[in-house]
Amino acid sequence: MLAQAHAGLHIMRLSRCGLCGAAVRCIPWGPMSESFCSSNTASVHHVVDSATGGANTDAPWSITADGDCCVIIEFGQVIDLHTNEIVHGVAARLLDAAIPGVVDIVPAFTTVAVHYRPERFAQEGRPHENLCRRLEAVLAEGIQPQNDASRTVDIPVCYGGDAGPDLPAVAQACGLSPEQVIARHIASAHRVYMLGFLPGLPYIGGLDAQLRLPRRSMPRFHVPAGSVAIANDQTCIYPLESPGGWHIIGRTPLSLFDATRASPCTLQPGDRVRFVPITDAGCSQP
Amino acid sequence: MIAVLKPGALSLLQDLGRYGWQRFGVVVSGAMDQWAHRCANALVGNADDAASLEMTLVGPSLLFRQAQVIALCGAHLSARIGAQEVPLNRALVVRAGARLDFGPRVSGVRAYLAVRGGFAVEPVLGSRSTHVRAGMGGLQGRALKKGDILPTVGGLDDAEQALLGTQDFVRLHRPARVAPVPRSDGRIRIVPGPQWDLFTEAAHRCLLDSGFRVAAQSDRMGIRLSGVALEQHQALEMISQGVTFGAVQVPADGQPIILMADRQTTGGYPKIAHVASVDLPRLAQCAPGERLYFETISLDTAQALYLEREQALAQWRASL
Repeated sequence: MLAQAHAGLHIMRLSRCGLCGAAVRCIPWGPMSESFCSSNTASVHHVVDSATGGANTDAPWSITADGDCCVIIEFGQVIDLHTNEIVHGVAARLLDAAIPGVVDIVPAFTTVAVHYRPERFAQEGRPHENLCRRLEAVLAEGIQPQNDASRTVDIPVCYGGDAGPDLPAVAQACGLSPEQVIARHIASAHRVYMLGFLPGLPYIGGLDAQLRLPRRSMPRFHVPAGSVAIANDQTCIYPLESPGGWHIIGRTPLSLFDATRASPCTLQPGDRVRFVPITDAGCSQP
Repeated sequence: MIAVLKPGALSLLQDLGRYGWQRFGVVVSGAMDQWAHRCANALVGNADDAASLEMTLVGPSLLFRQAQVIALCGAHLSARIGAQEVPLNRALVVRAGARLDFGPRVSGVRAYLAVRGGFAVEPVLGSRSTHVRAGMGGLQGRALKKGDILPTVGGLDDAEQALLGTQDFVRLHRPARVAPVPRSDGRIRIVPGPQWDLFTEAAHRCLLDSGFRVAAQSDRMGIRLSGVALEQHQALEMISQGVTFGAVQVPADGQPIILMADRQTTGGYPKIAHVASVDLPRLAQCAPGERLYFETISLDTAQALYLEREQALAQWRASL
């Protein structure tokens, strides 16, 4: 089912999913613009001509309903730094826009989730469409990737021993010595891609290709707070004791989250991270 | 002030949740049954986002140190003051020294106690909701313990004092103004999710035709269902993205998990569907072992139902 509507100077195409009724919109703004709608997953993929003016409009995106109180804006299906910079640029832009009725903006690797209250978008009884129109209007102003990672944050880590019980197994699986694993982990170009799962928990990309392993087949019930763990091409740090399936190679005494601080999280998306080895003595639990 | 004589199984201060911080990984939390929470607050004249006390399965024993206006909504946990049963869904005036106890569970799982003026704990990141795992919000970031004191504003006006007289408690409104209760029968309504097509037709049929049992491991984070395994055409590793209250995630074992109030901020399992927001309060009241049946509705219908409910609540609130 295809409906059409007009908004300002743009023709807005509205595609509706026959199965779930979810609607998505796109604003084509150049001769190369196209929109595709997969048959019933309620998503539209945009390809926008970057030559049609405006800043950085070369980011294709799709907007998909995620239940009746959230939409997901997707900018790609592969985790890479550029896509992630677009994600955080859009999230920052949407935070600035402060659209009334939007209650949370959650950037992840390739997506931005926008949580909203339908009653605040109730004109003509179509909250989802009204929200999408507002989001498209913001996106149409241009997307500035957030690539001004000026910060480098040092994270002290006690590697191995009780603090990093999986270090020997990781070394064995990678065909390296524990010392080589530590050296490669320290030398990797780490960047924070997102925060999620637990307060202040960073997902840090850029892990040395030699250290890439799938998650543990048996997750642990109790991973201590401060644990530095790796899986696939990422490092994470557990801010609280929690269950977890990543390989624990060390522990940091640094507190990653404190609700009483003006800025509660130690790390922010885009930060470059340097892991700095410390001795046992400096590594009591945070 | 209210003294906690017995804590109950899991008694937590909750409000509408800690929104605005999910991008930092901060879990939203909030009342599991937001309808009951809001009705209880409305009955005592509070805003929706005042904290209420969510009491799960086995209620606490509470001693009112001051006279209060209170309301109880949600699960029927055989509340009584002295020998008298405490009616649900009504505003009550209780005397200083009255003791509220709970007995056997009759229906539902979670009861909500609102007090006029709210529970005066300090908000953390803009919310009084308790998130136990992070030790954040509510009363010192944890469930109630014996000996706790819940700070409340308390107090009655002269008319309420006169109405109460020498009784333990009395209904504030005559005739009684009763909170509306959402429908409690019929299928749970779901909107097909972004990954609906990743699942086989057999999985779609199973989801809609066969019932699922609420598993014992269900908690404030998620309601785990057990039934026929929902299979995907091919196992897909998804990239983690934001998740919502009511998302129906399906991990590799095919047994769905419906994400609830203490859900993580992001997740990577395929979402076959989302429970319509209007049916989340019913889910919050499902006990382990109960059977659930689902039916699909469109996003438009889910949002129309949502708006109708908001309108109904606003009208009822205005009538109080």
